[in-house]
Amino acid sequence: MKLSREEVKHLALLVRLGLSDAEVERFREQLSDILEAFEVLQQVDTTDVSPTAHSIALGNVLRDDEPAPSLPADEVLANAPSQEEDYFRVRAVLE
Amino acid sequence: MDLCRLTIHEAGELLRRREISSLQLTQAALDRIREIDGNLRALVTVSQELALQQANEADQRIRQGNGTPLTGIPAVIKDNMCTRGTRTTCSSRMLENFIPPYDATVVEKLNGCGMVMVGKGNMDEFAMGSSTEHSAFSPTHNPWDLSRVPGGSSGGSAVAVASDEAIYALGSDTGGSIRQPAGFCSVVGLKPTYGRVSRYGLVAFASSLDQIGPLTKDVTDCALVMNAIAGHDPRDSTSLPHPVPDYAQSLIPDLKGLRLGVPQEYFVEGMQKGVEEAIRSAVARLEELGAEVDWGVSLPHTRYGLAAYYIIAPSEASANLARYDGVKYGFSVGEAESMWDAMEKTKQGGFGPEVKRRIMLGTYALSAGYYDAYYLKAQQVRTLIRQEFDQACEKFDALITPTSPTVPFKIGEKVDDPLQMYLSDVCTLPINIAGVPAISIPAGFADGLPVGMQIIGKPLSEEVLLRIAFAYEQATEWHKQRPKL
Repeated sequence: MKLSREEVKHLALLVRLGLSDAEVERFREQLSDILEAFEVLQQVDTTDVSPTAHSIALGNVLRDDEPAPSLPADEVLANAPSQEEDYFRVRAVLE
Repeated sequence: MDLCRLTIHEAGELLRRREISSLQLTQAALDRIREIDGNLRALVTVSQELALQQANEADQRIRQGNGTPLTGIPAVIKDNMCTRGTRTTCSSRMLENFIPPYDATVVEKLNGCGMVMVGKGNMDEFAMGSSTEHSAFSPTHNPWDLSRVPGGSSGGSAVAVASDEAIYALGSDTGGSIRQPAGFCSVVGLKPTYGRVSRYGLVAFASSLDQIGPLTKDVTDCALVMNAIAGHDPRDSTSLPHPVPDYAQSLIPDLKGLRLGVPQEYFVEGMQKGVEEAIRSAVARLEELGAEVDWGVSLPHTRYGLAAYYIIAPSEASANLARYDGVKYGFSVGEAESMWDAMEKTKQGGFGPEVKRRIMLGTYALSAGYYDAYYLKAQQVRTLIRQEFDQACEKFDALITPTSPTVPFKIGEKVDDPLQMYLSDVCTLPINIAGVPAISIPAGFADGLPVGMQIIGKPLSEEVLLRIAFAYEQATEWHKQRPKL
């Protein structure tokens, strides 16, 4: 599986990860090699095998909705790069 | 007496008899850190002020006669577990200045037992790596040979225990991150059954695989830490509701009636001869201690574990790490043209190369057109690997393998070759895929470097693993050897 530079850039765009030209080229090579090694999985017969997303068989876990104290707002906001009053300050979403 | 060398149970005994105080013990650990950590770099943060305060509180508690086995004992917590008021970096620029507003459940539980936290353990960034070289701050050095890696990703936690900077530590294990560094540093490391220990407050990497566990100087200590951290947590809906036994009760130095299997697929191509010899003679020792050993077990899907793991874990990581957008907490670029530009630059500047690589790999496996061929296929192989373990566990009480195919490798040797680095997890990651428990214990040395033996069990069989590990430890002296620093 050989990736193109365009495919690498497209993946980066999907996750909004900025990459330099050098990073695009390095990941193109490395991810191509890794994906090639993973083709070994195609040898496994998985007909009628159901996928496992989780190793424990837990169904929905429910609990009563009881009010409890939340995290202190000032400590939470203290980690924010930018805040105003009791809010996170964000950049304009709509131009 | 060298206080730093004590185990939890030895120090606990001296504390109860008031022959030493927690303050003395803590001061000794802090002195040791100051003396040697410049060369080892096991710690991202040293929490001296907090430790001294906790030591004073512990001494008071012991005087009042209501201490626990962990009261007043110095510990290191891997830097991906939230500690309220003490920065939690995941060894990443992204979280370099992040001060959690709450404690992880394991930290809350240990604080309740009277923990003294001397520092936060260095790690591969966001726990992605097998050598602790992917820390954004500094690689950690192996105390047995400073030119070699300590394993990873919980390298700092393992080194802190192996070099007597702390008496015990917590690590996290997604594909071997407790066991492989435990093996490389000659300490005991347990990855419990998935769900046995709460993940609340553990910074998420791959949520269906992550599990917290102890790194300790011996098996008894491992049981004592498990007693403190295991159990259901309403804040982690994947934590198991099963009652927690007293793990110390399982420390029986006798293996009569136990059936052990040695799966041949774990003696992989490229395995070092000295490692194979050490493990084979360790298994022979278990046989002498009364266990019945089948040397010819086969788990044929083991060879697909690596590929399945490195699709599943990065896929989950790519989703989990989407939260680092530079808005709520963490690194954020100031200068940007737009919201999207800011987000791209924040991730570009905040994440290191291995984290970026895994985000890209996971995004690929989950993206339209490749989902069936990669992610779904890996999840189906996961089912087959789990079934194979389930079948083996009908015949055996535990399986024995090497923890890693090699002894610790040189710093720099694999850091630019991701596939080679991934191969160092080949013996440990099938266990996370299956969600079963496994422990690594010291099993000798090859060319003067530590070799770990991995003992794998069925879900919730931690007691069986501890019993086998304890019996082996009682019959050997490996765990008493310390690196010369």
